[in-house]
Amino acid sequence: MPETPRRDFLKAAAVIAAPAIIKAQTVTNAIKVGLVGAGGRGTGAASQALKADDYAELTAVADVSTEQINASLTRIEHINGAKVKVADGNKYLGFDAYKQVIDSDIDVVLLCTPPGFRPGHLRYAVEKNKHIFTEKPMAVDPTGIRSVIESVRMAKEKNKSVVDGFMWRYANHISELMEQVHKGIIGDVLSYYATYYTNPVKPMPPASTRPAGMSDVEWQTKNWYNFVWTCGDGYVEQAVHSVDKVAWCFKDTPPVSCVAHGGRQIPQEGGNIFDHIEVNYLYPNGARAFIAHRQIPGIYNENADYILGTNGKVTIGRGPLPIVEDHKGKTLWEFQGTKNDGYQYEHDILFAAIRKGEVVNKGDRMVSSTLLAIHGRTAAYTGAQLTWEQIQNSKLSTFPEPFDANGSLPDMPIAKPGITKFV
Amino acid sequence: MILLLAFFAVDFSTEVKPLIDKQCAACHDRAFFVRKKDKIVGSLTSMPPGGPQLKAKEKATLTQWVAEGLPYPEPQKALNDDLALTRKLHSQILKTSAREKSPQAYKSLIPGSDVPYEMLPIPAGKFKMGNNAVKDESPEHEVAIEPFWMAAREVTWNEYRLFMFATLAGEEAGANIGVDAVSRPTKPYVEMSFGMGIEGYPAISMTHHAASKYAQWMSAKTGHFYRLPTEAEWEYACKANSPAPPDLDSVAVIKRKQYELVGTKKPNAFGLYDMLGNVMEWTTDQYYPEAYKDPKPWYPSKTSYPHTARGGSWADKIERVTCTARFPSDASWKQQDPNLPKSIWYHTDALGLGFRIVRPLKVPSAEEMHRYWNNGVAEDQ
Repeated sequence: MPETPRRDFLKAAAVIAAPAIIKAQTVTNAIKVGLVGAGGRGTGAASQALKADDYAELTAVADVSTEQINASLTRIEHINGAKVKVADGNKYLGFDAYKQVIDSDIDVVLLCTPPGFRPGHLRYAVEKNKHIFTEKPMAVDPTGIRSVIESVRMAKEKNKSVVDGFMWRYANHISELMEQVHKGIIGDVLSYYATYYTNPVKPMPPASTRPAGMSDVEWQTKNWYNFVWTCGDGYVEQAVHSVDKVAWCFKDTPPVSCVAHGGRQIPQEGGNIFDHIEVNYLYPNGARAFIAHRQIPGIYNENADYILGTNGKVTIGRGPLPIVEDHKGKTLWEFQGTKNDGYQYEHDILFAAIRKGEVVNKGDRMVSSTLLAIHGRTAAYTGAQLTWEQIQNSKLSTFPEPFDANGSLPDMPIAKPGITKFV
Repeated sequence: MILLLAFFAVDFSTEVKPLIDKQCAACHDRAFFVRKKDKIVGSLTSMPPGGPQLKAKEKATLTQWVAEGLPYPEPQKALNDDLALTRKLHSQILKTSAREKSPQAYKSLIPGSDVPYEMLPIPAGKFKMGNNAVKDESPEHEVAIEPFWMAAREVTWNEYRLFMFATLAGEEAGANIGVDAVSRPTKPYVEMSFGMGIEGYPAISMTHHAASKYAQWMSAKTGHFYRLPTEAEWEYACKANSPAPPDLDSVAVIKRKQYELVGTKKPNAFGLYDMLGNVMEWTTDQYYPEAYKDPKPWYPSKTSYPHTARGGSWADKIERVTCTARFPSDASWKQQDPNLPKSIWYHTDALGLGFRIVRPLKVPSAEEMHRYWNNGVAEDQ
C-alpha cells in the first residue's frame, strides 16, 4: 500500500466546501468494499474496484459456493495484495448472504450475481445506504425493472452513487463516437443494425451430472445462464450490450414498439432460454433498430453495429476502431488516441465520486437499456407486437415467490410464440 | 515394397482401420477376418465386389497387417495432456522424422482437412543478431543456427480454426487419442477476427500458450515436431542472409487499419511471406531486455509476461517493423476480458498478434519438447 494518499484524495481533502466529507475521511481513509457474487465477473470487478482507489479495501464477500469465494479471493489477493482484508467471518454463504455483506461495515457494494437476483440486491443495498456498482443487466423482467426504478429513485434521494456495468459507456472510443453521432456527423439516424452472434455462453450440462440432493433452485442457479428467471435469456444478459448501444445512439429515448422472432434451434437437457432472437424496434421518427442475437456453436459469428444516417454511416466491430464515413466512403471522423479500459474506468468514476463527496447515478439509463432488452425478448417469446407502454406495465414476474432455496422448482417450459401469452 | 514395409509396422488406427471401415466393414467383421485369415490376401484383388477396388498401396497395407497377425487393438483409453502424452507423441515423431537428413520444402494439407500449409527449409548458418542502436537489441552478437523448416506464411484462421473447433477438423473422438488429448481453446464468446476477415487472413489474438498448443496439435496430427521459433531463429529467418533491410512497402503489410490476406507481398530470400508487418509473430522465448548481453539459444518461460513477439504488425510504427525489434507481451493485451481468471487462450486486445510454426531438423528429447508445448505459465500471474 502506498505511503501517501493519491492525488484525488489530496484534491478532495483540499476542498473546503465539503467539510462533512473531510471529517469522515479523517476517521478512516479506507473505502470498504463488499462483493456479492464471486464468479469470474465479480472477481474481475472486485479487482478493478480495488485498483480504483489507493485506500479501497475488500472486506466482505457473498456467494453460494465456498470454493468460489476462496478461489476468487486468492485471485484478487494475487493482484491487489494487502487490499484484500476479508476475515473468515466475513465470507458469507447462501442466497441471503448478500444481506450479511451489505449489513457489514462497507461503503460500496459490488452486485455481480446472475441478474435475476439483482432487483432484490439493489433494493437492500439502497435501503442500507450503500454506494453501488451493479453489473448489467439490472433485472430480467418488468416487475424487477419497476423495483429497480424505485431503488434508483431512493438512491438519488439518499445521495448514493449507482454505477453500472454497461462498459461501452465507459470506453473512450465508443463514447467519443456516440458524441459525434449525437452532434450529427452522419446526419439523422435512420437505422441501427447490430449483430451479437456468438458461441453458447454457459450451455446446460447433461442432467446426469446433477449431484444427488441438489435442489431445483440450486441446480438452476448453478446453471443460471439457461433459465429465464436467473438470466433473462442470452438476449437480455449478453446482447444487452448491443441493446445499450442502440439506446445510447437514440439518446436514451424509448422506442414506440417492437416485434421480434426467435426460438431454440439446438436442443439441450433443461433450461428455457432461446438460442436466437432478432428484434425490430420502431422509433418515433420512423427510424428502426434491428438487433440480431444467437448463441449457436460452429456457425458464422459476428459482433458489430451498423448505423445508417442521412449523411453517412458508422460501423463498429469490423476492425479495431469505429469507421465513420459518408455514403461515398470518405472518412468523416476517426478516433485518435489510445483506447482505455472501460471495465476499469467505471470503477475509477465511482470511487473518485465517493472520494470527492459527489454523487454519480447512472440509474435511469441503465434501467431503460435493460427494459429495452426485456422488451425485445418478450416480443420474441410471445410473438406479439409490443409498445413501450405495454412492456413498462407488463405484469410478468419470473422470480420464484415465495423463494425457497431448497424447494422444488420445475423448469418453466420454453416459451412458444402464440401460446405463451403476454401478461 | 513389401520388404520395406516389413521394417515399418503398419499403424492400425491411422492406416488399417480407415481402410477396413471404407472397403470391408459393410460386410465383414473382425471375427470374419480371423476365421478367413489365410484367404484374405488372395481375395484382395476383387474386394469389395462391384465397388471401387483397393489401390496397390492399400493392398500392401492390408497384406502387411495380415503378415503381422491381424493385430486389432481395442479402442484405446483417453489420455491426459501431460508429459506421458508428450512421450507418446515424441516416439511417434521419432518414427516419422528420423529419416530426414536435411530440410526439404513441402506442402501438405492439415490431416483430415483441405487446408494447406507450406514449410520451407532454412539452412544452417551464422548471423549477426541484434541492432546496437536499440537498447534491448544490443549488443549485436553472432549466433549459429541449426537447420529447420519454417512455415512460409503466418498461420491463417483457416488453419487455426481447425484447432479451435474439432468438428471443423473432422476429428472424431477416439480416432486419434494423441490428438484428442491436446488441450484446445475454449469457445470464445465473441468473434475473434473482429470482422477483419477469416478466409486466408492471419489468425490473431491467441496467447503464447494457445500458439504453443497449436504447434503440439499439429505435431500430434502430422508426426512432425512443430513449435514456435526462438527469437534467434525468427530473426535469422527474417534477415535471410540479406545484406540490407528490405524495401518495406514491397514485403510488408504496414500502415493499415487492419490485417491483410497472408502472402500478398513479396517473400524474402528464404521464400517466407510477411515476416515483417501484417501481424507480429510469437516466439517461444521469454522476453529479457538484457538478453543479448549473455545470449542463450532459448529462453524457456518462467512467468506469464513478457514473452517476445517479432516482426511488427499493420498497427505498428514503421520504425518498429524490423527484423530486430522485440515486442514484449503485456497483461494489458487481455484488457477487454471482463473475467478473473482471464482466459488462458485469448489476448482480446492484441489484434496485431499472430504466429507461424517452425520444425527443427533435430528432434529434441521428450522433456524439452514438453517445455516447448507447455509454457507452464498459461494463467496470468
